Amino acid sequence: MNNTKAAKNSEMQTGYAAKRRLTNIIVYVILTVMVLIWIFPIVWLILQSFNTVDRISSRMLPEGFTLDHYKTLFTDDNVPYGKWILNTFIVAVLSCVISTLFILMVSYTLSRLRFKSRKKLLNIGLILGMFPGFMSMAATYSIMEIFHLEGQLLALVIVYSAGAGLGYQVAKGFFDTIPRSLDEAARIDGATSNRIFWVIILPLSKPIIVYTALTTFLGPWADYIFVSYFMKDSTDNYTVAVGLYKLLDNEHINRYFTTFCAGAVLIAIPITILFVVMQRFYVAGVTGGAVKG
Amino acid sequence: MDYLDYVQMTKGQRFIYKLKSFFIGIPKAIANFFKAIGLFIKKFFVGIGNFFKNYGSRFAKGDAGTKLSYIIMGAGNMLHGQIIKGLIFLAAEVGYIIFMITFGAHYISRIYTSQLVLLDSKPDTYTGFYKFGTGAVGKEVAIVQKTIHGESVTNAATADDSNKILLFFILTVIVTVAFIALYIANTKSAYATQQIRAEGKKPMNFVEELKTFLDDRFHITLLTLPVLLLIVFNVLPIIFTICMAFTNYDEDHQSPIKLYQWVGFKNFADVFYADAKKSSTFGLILVWTLIWAFFATFSNYIVGIIVALMINKKGIKFKAFWRTMFVLTAAVPQFVTLLVMRLLLDDKSGAINSALGTSFPFLTEWANVTVIIVNMWIGIPYTMLITSGLLMNIPEDLYESARIDGANAFQQFTKITFPYIFFVTTPYLITTFVGNINNFNVIFFLTGGGPEDPTKYSNGAGKTDLLVTWLYKLTVDKSNFKLAAVIGILVFIICAVGSLITFNMSKASKNEEEFS
Repeated sequence: MNNTKAAKNSEMQTGYAAKRRLTNIIVYVILTVMVLIWIFPIVWLILQSFNTVDRISSRMLPEGFTLDHYKTLFTDDNVPYGKWILNTFIVAVLSCVISTLFILMVSYTLSRLRFKSRKKLLNIGLILGMFPGFMSMAATYSIMEIFHLEGQLLALVIVYSAGAGLGYQVAKGFFDTIPRSLDEAARIDGATSNRIFWVIILPLSKPIIVYTALTTFLGPWADYIFVSYFMKDSTDNYTVAVGLYKLLDNEHINRYFTTFCAGAVLIAIPITILFVVMQRFYVAGVTGGAVKG
Repeated sequence: MDYLDYVQMTKGQRFIYKLKSFFIGIPKAIANFFKAIGLFIKKFFVGIGNFFKNYGSRFAKGDAGTKLSYIIMGAGNMLHGQIIKGLIFLAAEVGYIIFMITFGAHYISRIYTSQLVLLDSKPDTYTGFYKFGTGAVGKEVAIVQKTIHGESVTNAATADDSNKILLFFILTVIVTVAFIALYIANTKSAYATQQIRAEGKKPMNFVEELKTFLDDRFHITLLTLPVLLLIVFNVLPIIFTICMAFTNYDEDHQSPIKLYQWVGFKNFADVFYADAKKSSTFGLILVWTLIWAFFATFSNYIVGIIVALMINKKGIKFKAFWRTMFVLTAAVPQFVTLLVMRLLLDDKSGAINSALGTSFPFLTEWANVTVIIVNMWIGIPYTMLITSGLLMNIPEDLYESARIDGANAFQQFTKITFPYIFFVTTPYLITTFVGNINNFNVIFFLTGGGPEDPTKYSNGAGKTDLLVTWLYKLTVDKSNFKLAAVIGILVFIICAVGSLITFNMSKASKNEEEFS
């Protein structure tokens, strides 16, 4: 009696294990296929950037191997790639510094200071955030014209950092989680709000400072809309995104397609590394507020 | 219904009950929304009433200094011993008056001129007359007489710039609002110092007052600069754009060649019922935008969760490898991956079609499907990234006890995993939905809104255009600023109403659905 039960048990277990092995194999197959699909366009881009022809080739694999297109990026006068990178870098650094400061200031205020119009400001921020980002692009351009800033990099810095005050949600969510008793203890010791901000809160906020700085730094590298509208035809003031996009114009694509690939690969490398480094901050930022709710 | 009744129901009944209460909840959520608006309006007017009451009572109770500061700002502070603060108030008043005389008055006087202006630079094709109208933004100075078709017509050369006038008018209004706030602060401050004096104490001196900006009023110190920039480069343009929706600002009305005019709600009427094609364009694009947002959001969400589950499944090895492969594709800048996709998928010259020797219409006939699939390629790694973190947070003992109770893998998913993830990611889902309504990149870089179909769409819109990509085209390619402004306002209304209602509903259903 006992024997049959044990036998049945082990039979069930081997059956279970076999079933599990089978599902695991299915999962491996699905994952492999998916990863291939996901990696394919990127591999194609990298291979094309070494291709010997200039236009889109009708073959999937490159027809030869050359580094010429990477050289073209820095030697061809029609493709001021180095200038584009420099432009984007300047804009990114400046707007990163200003935006990070603004975001920290606003989110600290809205999270930890209590004053009369706080609720109102939060609501206004929510409402302003619902307007499509580039709806008022033409109007902003008119303002830039009045300051004679159209077609200049400074205009981009202003546009990116002026809106920073609205991007307080993630950082506010972080500040909300720092225990208030810290502030209260410091206040009893006679610290002012100013001192609490610099001496207590900021040193605790390293992760959110890194996250904010990285996102604001990455923004200008990916933005196409404002740059294309503000810079119009001043090629010298393009950022990487717009410069590369214009290489795929009808008039350029047959000469510069592979150059575009090379440029895209070069720019993607540092950004990819930055993103992979900051992915855990990204996840925390998106889900942070929700987990508490 | 009582909790007891609910517990006694069978599964099917519970499901139907939940479904029913969800749909019953929709009108309630909408009603709540309008109730909230009503309450807001009531509060607003009560606030205004209180404001004037307090304003009057401060004046009545005030001494000579306080009363004087109702006309000469800062007088009360100066008479009560706060000289520097009083002088700052006074300087603000003088500055405002100078600002209005030298700057503001000019733009206020020209925001609506009743002078006749030329409506069209070409004469009417039937009558041969130039069309005139009133209500322009700005004035025309040099008036030239012309004779056309034997009729004497005044042709005016414009001197003003409508854009500049409208912009500086709004700026003047903002400065005026700020000044009124300062003025009220001045009367309050005068009354407060009067009371301090009456108690026999000395009001703060200027240095002490400055110190409060580092403590009690630290929020003002921190917020001033960001808010100021936000007002000039964000709020001002938004108000400007909203005003544009009520003018005829387009390609034919660009200063300094032509001034534009106030046209009331004409542009909104045009969007909804001008001629069949014009109004159907908006409808078609709106419907596609909502279809897109729905499929783009939920396809990513569901497949992303499945991928995360597969990677995190027990017994699957190289978890970090699988995750990194997906994250890598998400990390490459979007404009790069999207342009690569376009190059791969193009109907004629695309790499896939030329390699296969086919010409499958990925980006024309099938464009609407293609963009959703490519968007999955873009978005699934993000969902995977977010949900894998959450999966690890689910307490393991929940699964253990479920297994002991004999739940199979599918039941564990529907009873534990999915409710947990769904609960935690609801806000993320709402923001993603709104984000997809405004998803510019995927559509613009892949299809540019095309393929265009002039038989059904007006104003250069195409089959895959979302409201926002159409808005971009209207602004950049067509210079049709009035229509772009109308579309922007409508997108705002859709997003705002949508998020308010879903927010209300999720708040209402939270207690019931709470995951424990």
